[in-house]
Amino acid sequence: MPRVAEYELVELRGIVKTFPGVRALDGVDFTLRAGEVHALMGENGAGKSTLIKVLTGVYPRDGGTMTLDATEIHPRTPLDAQRLGIATVYQEVNLIPELTVAENLSIGREPRRLGLIDWGTVKRRGKEMMARLDLDLDVTLPVRSYSIALQQMVAIARAIDQEARVLVLDEPTSSLDAAECDQLFSVMYRLRDQGLGIVFVSHFLDQVYAVSDRLTVLRNGRLVGEFETSKLPRLELVSKMIGKDAEQVEAMDHAPKARPAGDHPVVAKATALSRRHAVSGVDLEVRGGEVLGLAGLLGSGRSETARLLFGIDTPDTGTIEINGQAVTTHNPRTAIRNRIAFTPEDRKDAGIIPDLSVRENIVLALQGRRGWLRRIPFHEQQALADQYIKALNIATPDADKPVGQLSGGNQQKVILGRWLAMQPRLLMLDEPTRGIDVGAKAEIEQLIAELCSEGMALLFISSELEEVARDSHRVIVLRDRKQVGELSGEDIRLDSIMSIIASGQEAAAHA
Amino acid sequence: MPEALKKLLWPLAALGVLLLFNTAMNPAFFSITISDGRLTGSLVDVLDRATPVILLALGMTLVIATAGVDLSVGAVMAMAGSLAAMLLVDMQAHLSAVIVLTLGVCALAGLWNGVLVSIVGIQPIVATLILMVAGRGIAQLMTDGQIIPIDSSPGFAFLGGGTFLGLPFTITLAVSAVVLTIVVIRFTALGLFIESVGGNETASRYAGLSVRGVRLSVYTFTGLCAGLAGLIYASDITAADANYAGLYLELDAILAVVLGGTSLMGGRFYLAGSVVGALIIQTLNTTILMTEINGASVPVEYNLVIKALVVFVVCLLQSETVKQMIMRRRAVHD
Repeated sequence: MPRVAEYELVELRGIVKTFPGVRALDGVDFTLRAGEVHALMGENGAGKSTLIKVLTGVYPRDGGTMTLDATEIHPRTPLDAQRLGIATVYQEVNLIPELTVAENLSIGREPRRLGLIDWGTVKRRGKEMMARLDLDLDVTLPVRSYSIALQQMVAIARAIDQEARVLVLDEPTSSLDAAECDQLFSVMYRLRDQGLGIVFVSHFLDQVYAVSDRLTVLRNGRLVGEFETSKLPRLELVSKMIGKDAEQVEAMDHAPKARPAGDHPVVAKATALSRRHAVSGVDLEVRGGEVLGLAGLLGSGRSETARLLFGIDTPDTGTIEINGQAVTTHNPRTAIRNRIAFTPEDRKDAGIIPDLSVRENIVLALQGRRGWLRRIPFHEQQALADQYIKALNIATPDADKPVGQLSGGNQQKVILGRWLAMQPRLLMLDEPTRGIDVGAKAEIEQLIAELCSEGMALLFISSELEEVARDSHRVIVLRDRKQVGELSGEDIRLDSIMSIIASGQEAAAHA
Repeated sequence: MPEALKKLLWPLAALGVLLLFNTAMNPAFFSITISDGRLTGSLVDVLDRATPVILLALGMTLVIATAGVDLSVGAVMAMAGSLAAMLLVDMQAHLSAVIVLTLGVCALAGLWNGVLVSIVGIQPIVATLILMVAGRGIAQLMTDGQIIPIDSSPGFAFLGGGTFLGLPFTITLAVSAVVLTIVVIRFTALGLFIESVGGNETASRYAGLSVRGVRLSVYTFTGLCAGLAGLIYASDITAADANYAGLYLELDAILAVVLGGTSLMGGRFYLAGSVVGALIIQTLNTTILMTEINGASVPVEYNLVIKALVVFVVCLLQSETVKQMIMRRRAVHD
């Protein structure tokens, strides 16, 4: 592969950034070479976001130097940084869904002729910009008609226009499936080979190893070190990120799986559950004291199954039994009355009430079940909140902090606290570990094991198959909205799950 | 300092400035005298006249907290007046029956809004626009488009014009309504549910809240508040005036809520703030009426423009963006 000669494109030395009461960055160095993908690693609170915001002009730095091509720079706004050649694509795609691809690509810099927008040039330029990523798509269609992955490509194309030298990708893969990730990675390689320096932030270790040339690890606002990705064993990386030694991480990974006791009753049972455009023919049962994993690719029907069980959607056909009783009217309220709990995958849109405090978010479901008249007395609310802040290790100064101001991992823990407060029999977790840091991930996985050993039934959904394999006693594999296999005990291995998913795909291809 | 108190600071400051301005222009502004066993003075007057908007603002606060709005409250006030006139004058009904029936009908009118918003799924601004138009129309039909004098019932006249504890009875009504609402909202879980639904509807539903129930109850409550405001207004002018009763008061009510610090996006709400907001609006009305420049009062046609200007300034002071701009400027000077 022809690679541009690497040289130091961006150098950050001794960067300091303080906020009232917090030293978010404490003398951090970071070097980005031209023609490399450089991963920025660290737990939440490590200073990744702050470093990126300093680099892209969102925050001014309080100390240290920053050079681009050996010239000192002081970007004051993201636009300023972009003019200097530092482009950013954030986690949430910032495009206007109703406008066409070409229009989105030209927003704010429309080519004009006689004062009017030159639509011919808009289209041609849009096409050229996408071609730079080796993508050929119809730029006259609205952005919303494309998948999230392609929308992200459009955002990238938009960002790197105008002589970008540096591309910052902040959690770009969190809503992509495996195939879409590959698509994104090939675009990243292509841009790297054109000589761009790419900063890649991701919680997925696999992706970091697949795509990055070097990586920088931060912890608590300080630099831990800079490494060549291929020479740093995974376990060592994790231990550097969380500040625990390798043996502890090893122990975490191979936590002994508690065997499900056979005499627990069935909490939930679904028979031939189907809903158009969601799933068809799902049969499952989950007992107290066991973790049932749902594995499959994005869109395979995992979340859809959980939504049916929780009563968010109504099945077209099939039956649901809770505690041995057939369910007729089913909505979240009745599900909660039957002590079923569900943490949805889109934490921001369907989980937290961002303006309300940690305390209010925690008591919400319990209060909802008690009704509006029997308000939980304030001191009990406070006690509940304190209990779960402590038990789940939620990092918040106090229970009055609005949940929207906490990090993703802590928000997830607050939602978990909300459900644990009502002592559910079945807890369904849809992507509980998505977008949260390694430490919080480990804590949530440990919590799953603990709750299970206390006799709770758990339904666990994750895109990270290793997690499903590691934490489940039984795994149901879904593909293309159908149930295609079930594994239990020793058969639950990453390779066995993947082969069921993959073999089906071959079969589908031959059909 | 608790968030709710902090939110109350700006509206209170604005009210204070307005009051100070009044004393500067008219030293007698704060003077209160006793005549006919009743306290009289500009301050009493402000409280008395602010009552309808305070009542409307109570309901409006809760509706806005659920990320909704109710444009029909002015029209419901007109309905209340016309219905009361019909029952009292034409049917000679007993006063208590008149009050209960009128408030019941107005609550139903609010429920209608709630049904349109939460069950039919129409956007609040459109759904309540329907009753804003229809309500006044119905009020006009009930009175054949005439102003109906209500002078047969001293009990009815007491509502808006009576004296109780040396003060206009309206003040007792307003204070009771405010206290009762705050107690019911904050000592039950309703306040939490309303803020939760306004803050994130989907998440509230997933947490097992009855989003529909919350919406139905706040719109119904707003109808009830508008009904009471309508009765007070009709009693005050001792007539049912379907054309002018409550006209544009929905806008004053929304303004009071916004001045009080509740966001139109929904979520956190501040009932006390809304009350202060309503007082700001009424003080402003009084200020414009009473202020004399070179011995001549301000011509009536300036009222709306002056009111808009003051509201604009208060909103600027409350805006986070403006606050940050001022802070930054100050930081630079330091």
